[in-house]
Amino acid sequence: MVFFRLLLPFFTLLPLLAHASDAGEFTAADAAGQAKLLETWAAQPSDQRLPLLQALQDGRVGYDDSKHPYIETDGNMVAADADTPATGEVRKLRLNNRLRGLVINALAAQQMLSTDTAVRLAAAQQLQRSALPGQIPALEQQFQGEPASAVKAALALALANLQLTDPAPQVRLHAVRLLGETGDPSAQARLESVLAADAETDASVRTAAQTSLVQVKRKLMVGDLLGQAFSGLSLGSILLLAALGLAITFGLLGVINMAHGEMLMLGAYATYVVQVGFQRLAPEALAWYPLVALPVAFFVTAAIGMALERTIIRHLYGRPLETLLATWGISLMLIQAVRLIFGAQNVEVANPAWLSGGLQVLPNLVLPWNRVVIIGFALFVVVLTWLLLNKTRLGLNVRAVTQNRNMAACCGVPTGRIDMLAFGLGSGIAGLGGVALSQIGNVGPELGQSYIIDSFLVVVLGGVGQLAGSVSAAAGLGIANKILEPQIGAVLGKILILALIILFIQKRPQGLFALKGRVID
Amino acid sequence: MKRRRLLKAFTLSASIAAMGLSWTAQAAETIKVGILHSLSGTMAISETSLKDMALMTIDEINKAGGVNGKQLEPVVVDPASNWPLFAEKARQLLTQDKVAVVFGCWTSVSRKSVLPVFEELNGLLFYPVQYEGEEMSPNVFYTGAAPNQQAIPAVEYLMSEEGGSAKRFFLLGTDYVYPRTTNKILRAFLHSKGVQDKDIEEVYTPFGHSDYQTIVANIKKFSAGGKTAVVSTVNGDSNVPFYKELANQGLKATDVPVVAFSVGEEELRGIDTKPLVGNLAAWNYFESVDNPVNTKFVADWKAYAKAHNLPNANTAVTNDPMEATYVGIHMWAQAASKAKSFDVDKVREAMAGQTFAAPSGFTLTMDTTNHHLHKPVMIGEIQDDGQFNVVWQTKEPIRAQPWSPYIPGNDSKPDHPVKSN
Repeated sequence: MVFFRLLLPFFTLLPLLAHASDAGEFTAADAAGQAKLLETWAAQPSDQRLPLLQALQDGRVGYDDSKHPYIETDGNMVAADADTPATGEVRKLRLNNRLRGLVINALAAQQMLSTDTAVRLAAAQQLQRSALPGQIPALEQQFQGEPASAVKAALALALANLQLTDPAPQVRLHAVRLLGETGDPSAQARLESVLAADAETDASVRTAAQTSLVQVKRKLMVGDLLGQAFSGLSLGSILLLAALGLAITFGLLGVINMAHGEMLMLGAYATYVVQVGFQRLAPEALAWYPLVALPVAFFVTAAIGMALERTIIRHLYGRPLETLLATWGISLMLIQAVRLIFGAQNVEVANPAWLSGGLQVLPNLVLPWNRVVIIGFALFVVVLTWLLLNKTRLGLNVRAVTQNRNMAACCGVPTGRIDMLAFGLGSGIAGLGGVALSQIGNVGPELGQSYIIDSFLVVVLGGVGQLAGSVSAAAGLGIANKILEPQIGAVLGKILILALIILFIQKRPQGLFALKGRVID
Repeated sequence: MKRRRLLKAFTLSASIAAMGLSWTAQAAETIKVGILHSLSGTMAISETSLKDMALMTIDEINKAGGVNGKQLEPVVVDPASNWPLFAEKARQLLTQDKVAVVFGCWTSVSRKSVLPVFEELNGLLFYPVQYEGEEMSPNVFYTGAAPNQQAIPAVEYLMSEEGGSAKRFFLLGTDYVYPRTTNKILRAFLHSKGVQDKDIEEVYTPFGHSDYQTIVANIKKFSAGGKTAVVSTVNGDSNVPFYKELANQGLKATDVPVVAFSVGEEELRGIDTKPLVGNLAAWNYFESVDNPVNTKFVADWKAYAKAHNLPNANTAVTNDPMEATYVGIHMWAQAASKAKSFDVDKVREAMAGQTFAAPSGFTLTMDTTNHHLHKPVMIGEIQDDGQFNVVWQTKEPIRAQPWSPYIPGNDSKPDHPVKSN
């Protein structure tokens, strides 16, 4: 007894000591040992480990030559165990994917002890994906004591995932039923593994699993369909932004403008230049550079478009073949000019934070922000163009000139100036499209080349001279592409779309929406 | 008066022309070498830096006194990511410029397109990029990796416990010969490891593809069925939209790691790498490898990029194909000195068994028979600074197996180069 009493202080100190050197234990262990430690920590959550795990997740843990732990605070490596002298250089501890996953899981397990409901909810959702069987007792305990119902529900699911192999059929039945109520894609695989031959012996659990599986599949299908519709719309909006400028220069003015793609490219490069300008001059406002890039791109490309119209294209009106060759030549010159100024390599246009990441709508449906914003932007540009063409004096003049140039001139419309302004407007809108394209793809000298064919397809399919035609053709092409792609692959899908368009144009050369009456000469 | 001025101008231009002539006469002391890399088009993202690396290496050799008493004179052409143009430019290099050797090509389709030209004219090509094997031409030296030096070890790593014990594999590639053949080999390899067809998905996209929405959504769906890894043989600038989409749709490396065979430091320069931390690449060299040879190599390259005002010189990086280019040119120079000649047949003979202390930290050897380098294999994880952290590597260089044993019929192929036609 005396002996025990002597030892008692030592026993009470032991857990404290252990905590003090958690970091040391971790840095000293090899990869397998570190994995084991993380699994143990996840099963026995404790507040004291939170800073260490947080540091591990942020990559702020270091070690020296004798494997003593360091934690980076405010940019300095600070020894985690104060009593140990530093030996040699402090290096950062690198984790591999497996350890990184285990760190996330262990961190979530510790965060379940937080007093903040939001933190607990996020942690419980993480545990649904990553919890290991060893964590069942801790999770059950937390489930019993959890006050917030949302967190409780999330925890119940995390537990259900682990309870599918519980020895008691009653527990398994409950777990299987719970899984049926989620729309999580991993629930489908879990239920399928329950239903696999000789995995589950209890008949009632099997039938429950079957019903749950049907439920989960239905929910997943909704997400899939919505996802497909969204990606179709997104592709459509991109095609539309690429084609809208052409719908004016080719559709209204009748100029076969092969340099249209280069206007997109110039718009994208204008975005790049604005971004670099912000990086140099106003790094704190960098996140908002796309908003400034919009007017810059519009005016730059509009100015270039107007200059081209005045110097070259106006001399070629009414001679389609020469226009085609001349604009093609211009496009090659623009590409080469950009190559000389910016180099042949792609330039980096980064998404600002508010255009990165996505909106989780359903467990299997994430809508990326950049695409959501681009769909909205495409709508905005269409409305703007429509207003310009239908509600302003410029628009009235443009329509008058395109419908009957001589009559318009007789009525005092300055046709030459109108041609120039309309061409500038088309080019400027292409520049706006370029800003949007820079946010989703590569910005390089050949950017325009990959969109020029799609743009002509949209305008021709929609019907020359019609905005509504271009809008519906772009949306239609986008959605058709996205419906075909998962079935037959990206390469075959593109070929099939082209074949379908050729057939359609054979049948209906005037496109989807044709102008009626004497307008067409 | 006017006539006299004309006369003066004429004599002046004639003397300039004469100077030009004397300069060409001096140029006979040089030996021409060709550089055949796309400087524009979809592959420019990867190939431009190889051209610059080749120029730097040639500079380095010239400063050390050249080869066989002659200075090397680089002839740079741009085949513009256009495969037939590669063959045309190769023919021009060999017949008009009469180059002693050509360093070039990235995609296998470009190599296949120039191969008949090199075999017909008995030229010599150094090919610096990892590829699918299934080829061993007497006119080509392959300084990049064969499948057993890159693809297979990478998949083995993914299947190991350390690599995440992947059970399902999503093979994603650009639609041409390299990804298709590599995936054929990988499928056979996975079968031999007991992975069934339902756990392997193969998807291809065209060159320059930029809309990866559906594919990333499909990867997500596929990964719900068990621990999944993506094996990417996507080439060129399509990688940027692919990785952007991965990040935006929230697919993290801890859930579904992507191992890429054509993405290195250079390609990552165009991307914000923070959301990509943990994704993998398999190569035979990384810039982050720590050894004196590499420290000098990286420093030399950065200094060269600054001195020659290359675009984005202050963020210049090195990568595996650049290292392979560097090693290839040096080995060719060594072989030419050993042969005391620039004759293709003599240099080819002298190439066998050449060794070079490479920036990867290993002394690489050119195999005595199969025209491939013995190379170490490294697997690196992307870090937030765009560099790779080596998480696994072989202890020593391994010999290339250009004829993969996982493709039926290859066991009867000879282990020495044979002309393809």
